[in-house]
Parts: sequence; C-alpha cells; structure tokens
Amino acid sequence: MSTVMTPDTNETAQPESALRFDLAAIARWVQPEERVLDLGCGDGALLAYLSATKRVVGYGIENDVNRVIACLDRGVNVIQSNLDQGLAGFEDGFFDRVIMSQALQAMHNTQGILQEMLRVGREAVVSFPNFAFWKHRKSILEGRMPVSESLPHQWFNTPNIRFFTVADFTTLCDLLDIEILEWMGFDDQHQPLPPDADLNFLATLAIARLARR
Amino acid sequence: MAVRSVGVVSPQRMVFDEPLRLKSGGVLPRYELVYETYGELNAAKTNAVLVCHALSGSHHVAGYYEDDPKNIGWWDNFVGPGKPLDTRKFFVIGVNNLGGCYGSTGPKSIDPETGEPYGSRFPFVTVEDWVEAQARLADRLGISEFAAVIGGSLGGMQALSWALQYPERVRHVLAIATAPKLSAQNIAFNEVARQAILTDPDFHGGDYYRYGVVPKRGLMLARMIGHITYLSDDAMAEKFGRALKHGAFRYSYDVEFEIESYLRYQGEKFSRYFDANTYLLTTRALDYYDPAAEYGGDLAQAFARAQARFFVLSFSTDWRFSPARSREIVSALVHSEKPVSYLEIESKAGHDSFLLEHPHYHAAVRAYLNQVAV
Repeated sequence: MSTVMTPDTNETAQPESALRFDLAAIARWVQPEERVLDLGCGDGALLAYLSATKRVVGYGIENDVNRVIACLDRGVNVIQSNLDQGLAGFEDGFFDRVIMSQALQAMHNTQGILQEMLRVGREAVVSFPNFAFWKHRKSILEGRMPVSESLPHQWFNTPNIRFFTVADFTTLCDLLDIEILEWMGFDDQHQPLPPDADLNFLATLAIARLARR
Repeated sequence: MAVRSVGVVSPQRMVFDEPLRLKSGGVLPRYELVYETYGELNAAKTNAVLVCHALSGSHHVAGYYEDDPKNIGWWDNFVGPGKPLDTRKFFVIGVNNLGGCYGSTGPKSIDPETGEPYGSRFPFVTVEDWVEAQARLADRLGISEFAAVIGGSLGGMQALSWALQYPERVRHVLAIATAPKLSAQNIAFNEVARQAILTDPDFHGGDYYRYGVVPKRGLMLARMIGHITYLSDDAMAEKFGRALKHGAFRYSYDVEFEIESYLRYQGEKFSRYFDANTYLLTTRALDYYDPAAEYGGDLAQAFARAQARFFVLSFSTDWRFSPARSREIVSALVHSEKPVSYLEIESKAGHDSFLLEHPHYHAAVRAYLNQVAV
C-alpha cells in the first residue's frame, strides 16, 4: 500500500501577532518539539500556534464543551476534563511544560493543581491577574472592587474565586517548594515591564515560569 | 444547502475467493460481504470513510430503499449531505460484518461444503477478523487509505483496531461510546444473553435452520437484557417510571408496568429478524476484544504503532461503556504521544446516546471532521 500522502488536517499557521499578548509571551518560552499541556486551553489558539511554529506535541485541557468544539474545529488536540479533579491519567514527568493561562484564579484546588502541574511537567507556566496592580490598589482605596482589563468582571458575576498578588503567589510557591525560575509582567497597555521592575505594583498581568525545587 | 438524506440507496455485494484465516484458527475459504456507499470517491481516493457497525447494526447506515422507504439506515441522522459525516465531502462505506445476518457470509449462509446453512459450523470471528475483511473490501474498491474509520460501541473497537492492524491505512479514528476491552460486568451481561439463546429448546446446538425453527424466546430474552444496558437509569425513569399498562395492578405475570411492555416489544421485534447465531458470535467477539493483551495488558504499548489521529467520545450516563472506559483509551494514547481529543457529552440516554441526535455531539463530530483533509 502507498504511504500516507494526504496531510492529516487542514491546520493553517497563525502569525504570532494574532495571539493574545500574554499567550505570545508564553509561546516565546516554549522550545521546539516540547511536549506541552495547556490547562484551560480555551479555543486552542496557543496550541495551534505552537504546533504550527514549534512542532510541539501538544494537548489542551478544557471543560467547556463549546470551547472543546472550537479546539476540534482548528485541529488542536483537546481533552475534556474538570481541572479541579486534578490530572489523573497523566503520568509523572511526561510533559516538558504545563501551561495555565489566566485560570488559576478561578480554581478551587489551587495548591493541588500547582502540584499536579509540576508532577506531570518538568516546568510549569502560570499567568494570572495581579490583584496588587497599582490601579487595582487605587480602586480599593477609593472603596470599590477593581474592574480592569485583567479583572473584567463585577464582584457579583466574576468567575474568579481566588484573589491574589504577585507577592502572595511567591509565598505560596515557597510553601509548596516550587521555584520561580522567571517572571514576566505586563502593564495595562500590554507592554512588558523591565526585569527589575516591581511587578507586584506595576504589573496588571504576571507570568511565572516554575519548576520543582 | 439544507441537511438532507442520502436518499435512495442499494446494497452491493463483493465475493472473495481468497481464503480468510481467522484469529480463532478457523478458515473461511470463500465469503461475501454486502456493503453500501454514500457520496462520491474523489479522483485521488483520499476521501473514503469506513463506518463500522455495532452488535445489531448492518451495512445499511444511511438512506432508504426504493422498495422499502421505511427501512432507514441505522445512522441516518449522522451520515448524509450536511450531516456530521458529510457525504458532500466524504465517500462513506458501511459493511455488514462477517458472521452477520444481513447478507454477508454468516451462520445462516449456505456452507458450500455441505450445501446446508453453516449453523454451528460457522467459525468464531473477532474484531480483528472483521477489520481484515473490511481491508480486503477496501483493496477491491481501490482505497489504500481511509480518511477516517468511525464506529460506536463495538464499531468503535473496530475503528481502534484499524489503527493498530493497518496503521498506514487510516488517518483518523473516531471511537465513540466504546471501551478498550470488556469488563467482567460487560462479559457477565453477554453471558446471560448467550445462555438465554443456548438453553432455548429451539436452538438445536446452533443448527435450528434444519428444523425450520428459531430460538425465538432466547433471542428475545437476550435482546431484553441488552436493552437494559443500553438505557440509563435516568432515561428509563423518565420514559417509563413505574407507569402501569392498565392503570391498576392485575396481580399477574403479564405486563403490569410499561417498562415490561417496552422490553417485550423490543425483544419480540428483534427475534423476528435477527439471527441467534450472529448474536452469539458477535457477543463473543466483544468478549475476546483486548488489543493490550499481547502487550502484557499495556494499552499504551499496543497503541505505539498507530499513526492515526484519534477522537474519542463518551456519554455521561452510559454505564455499559462508561466515560471512564473512554478515558482509559485517551490516557493510553497520550502516553504513547498520539494525537487525541476527547469529549464527554452530557446526555441522559445512556449507551444509546451514540445513535441519537444531540447538538453538542453532532457539532463536535462536525468540527472534527471539518478539519480532516481529503
């Protein structure tokens, strides 16, 4: 029989500029041909980009059926699962990188999932809205819960259940014996902050690269 | 273009004179397969999709017959122009498996050696044997690779087996409401169903054709047991609850509850057209299926040679092949670094869900197949 000549899927590569700015930043940390797990992968934009440009072996985890369908539609491997139930079924150390972008603040089992990420992955990448961003602090001083691009919801309809800061996250990592290898922070103009900046004050969105200590 | 039926279809027949050596050690020196096709095979022959049927299914997947317009294919809501498996894009093939009773060589076919129906002489067939026969049909149709092989339940097992037996001949596998092997509970249900048939006085050791009878009661019981496992507790409660047939108890063993009426009706209907030997053979094929067995039970290792991409689907209330069984398949595929997607559909209908229309289910299959290149 002839060898397979037809490509598997109709996937087309997206330019980096088409990615949401924080996803583009995360993508720069990913090395070619890594095994990547993207937790709460949404419509699969990051994985589609990574598989087209870096030939990663990538899987997304998503619980929402409509987002799962969006992933299927772009040919991204997506596994429906509720992250609060952990990553059972994935073996220890299988992935080079486990990514969770802007989802940690909506999870019940915060400590559990961080530990699970570094059980199945060599490195983890976590991005989250920084509650201590100076405009958020100002809002609190003015007596109102902050509403911004990184915290877009009102207090009464937010899916977020954990409100934490860059400093809080650092403390939790210490507690869990997790090493923060690198930080990236962005201001509310989506501009990257310099490496020595006070992210807890200046970043509206923070991204941490993590490993087991 | 609106979603519509593939319309009038007609079954075709292919004769194979090259003997088929079966996993059981038996041999079929000559056999026939009936099949149907929908849509057009493209010039490069890259758009073929094989649909594998489950226990009681057949080659009649979609459309209807000119002389029998009420005989609609068993997966007509899934296959057709504009349907999830879109026949405007794909050339779809349905085959009646060996050992079947819808026209392919099976126990009620005439054994050329004796001039009588095979009956008890028909050899045991396995999922692997079915795939082998399907592959030979594909050869004859000039199809060197399938864009996808799709099946639910026992059909899903065939789809998985395709990826292992002919890794270079299948680009996508859709395994729906299936399992990597039967559990003890699954086998137990099959055994009760088989015992119902085997102990029917009209069974005559499988050679009932000779006596002009069929083991009707046994087959009816087998089907009743099957139907219990196809439905969820919720679906049964919703559909029947404790509703009474006559409004009040009659204190008899005749039908009191609607659920009894339903099971008897389904069993009786089935026993009028299905062959008992086919039922026995097919449940045994289910029992025997275990692709990990030759790898010391390591399913991931069994999948190592697969080259296809996989889409695994399960249904929340399916307890015959529960979502946990599908997740075993998914874990093993991830473990061996195979491309795989997985979705558990929220459905009340139990195992039967895979045959029903469900917006998320169909949207997901549509989305997946949309990105399959042909």
